[in-house]
Amino acid sequence: MSAGSQYTLYHPKWYRRRVSVWWWLQKGSYATFVLRELTSVFVAFFALVTLWQVRAVVRGPEAYAHVLARLKSPLFLALHGVAFLFVLFHAVTWFNLAPKAMVLRLGGKRVPDWVVAGLNYVAWLVLSGGVAWVVLRG
Amino acid sequence: MHRISPFLWALFGAGGTIAALLFPAHLFLTGLAFPLGWLDAPSYDALRGMVSHPLARLYLFVLIALPLFHWAHRFRYTLYDGLQLKHLFNFIAVLCYGAALIGSALAAYTLWNIP
Repeated sequence: MSAGSQYTLYHPKWYRRRVSVWWWLQKGSYATFVLRELTSVFVAFFALVTLWQVRAVVRGPEAYAHVLARLKSPLFLALHGVAFLFVLFHAVTWFNLAPKAMVLRLGGKRVPDWVVAGLNYVAWLVLSGGVAWVVLRG
Repeated sequence: MHRISPFLWALFGAGGTIAALLFPAHLFLTGLAFPLGWLDAPSYDALRGMVSHPLARLYLFVLIALPLFHWAHRFRYTLYDGLQLKHLFNFIAVLCYGAALIGSALAAYTLWNIP
């Protein structure tokens, strides 16, 4: 290999059978995979809604009331209903993959997968309760 | 791009964890329970008092910025694989991480300048 050669992520000259853009609809597990990846769109959506809300709170009572009215519109209620399902799907798949992504060892033995996943679910419950407590106290 | 990819992967992981642990509760409250009247939303004054606390600002920054980078990373690969756009590798990367960067900068600017 010459010093100038570069690693490329794809090889345009290889023969490849054309795959339809809809390849992920051919099998249930493919569709689940793509749905899981698409949860990120709803994650970004809610991050932006949060930013929008914070900016309204900083701007004043009128701006905030305007945002609250918009959140009550059918469009936003529908978006949030769908987004909630996708975010739940993200959470569950994320916690179930945690033992695979992060292998914990205690005393030379691997901590069983269900313990690692279980700890994630416990943290989820505790933090959700904490969020509700802080927000509803106000 | 390849030199900083471990860093982008770490942001993806951190953002995914934040979104998994905290987004369902926040989204349920602000997106559904409050607008539908299932629960009483906090008053404006209470919220205004809350967001000016330094810890709340830090919390909100983490809550907004990290999940945006999680999206950037995941969505980028969804576009490559799902729509077979591998030839647009750099363009899509710049677009996704750029959007996450702009969102995070706006969040930082907003939270930093709360009077």
